[in-house]
Amino acid sequence: MAIFLFFLLSTVCVGAVLGMIISKNQAYSALFLVLAFVCLGGLFGLLGAPFMAVVQIIIYAGAIMVLFIFVIMMINLRQGLSPEKKKWTIALSLVLALVLLLELILAAKGASLGQSPEGSVSPKEIGQLLFTKYLYPFEITSILIIAALVGAIVLVKKREKE
Amino acid sequence: MIPAGYFLLLSIILFVLGIIAFFVKRDLITQFMAVEIMLNAANLAFIALAKSHHFVDAQVIVFFIITVAAAEAAIGLAIILLIFRQKKSIKTEEMSSMKG
Repeated sequence: MAIFLFFLLSTVCVGAVLGMIISKNQAYSALFLVLAFVCLGGLFGLLGAPFMAVVQIIIYAGAIMVLFIFVIMMINLRQGLSPEKKKWTIALSLVLALVLLLELILAAKGASLGQSPEGSVSPKEIGQLLFTKYLYPFEITSILIIAALVGAIVLVKKREKE
Repeated sequence: MIPAGYFLLLSIILFVLGIIAFFVKRDLITQFMAVEIMLNAANLAFIALAKSHHFVDAQVIVFFIITVAAAEAAIGLAIILLIFRQKKSIKTEEMSSMKG
């Protein structure tokens, strides 16, 4: 089962990266990259790192790629995506919604049983390491984030005419 | 139980694909995405080796890598926006002059 999941996820991941290289439209490239990052999150889960899987999906597939898509939208070099709706998008979204529903039901079942897979590192252990052994790096990271935030705002801010 | 070698192989493939994407693509945003792919390949190798060596600290390090990647993405995209405002283009060929 695990090996099947590994091959499925890695094939989709490599395929998504290839799609990102091949596609001419930057917005499609970004969406392919989201797919690749979600697959990588799944692979982290297979490796017994559930916390990293969630962080990967929230930060990479969520935050960073949304930032990319915003910038692509602002730059807007080519014409936007065509607004017409295709028939297959409805079918595809229905299938994806069904898969999500089944997955959530399975997850709820697993959560009520309260068992974690063998050899996985719980978020508790990571938190303990983060706030004891790696406390200083952790605090310095917050300074880094503040610096990046202020730097990005200062860089992009439109200057007043002198 | 999946051998760690498979994950390492996948990580190598992703890293090489990232390098190819970086050199094949001609605009800054896609090249930046290629850098993100390479970072992720490194993360995958980190976690795969951590699993086979039973080393929990690696996950903390990957956490830091992801944080730094987020900061880097914010700054990098700000710089790309700035370049676009000045040159009205994000093609790498058109960035041959040193002075803005």
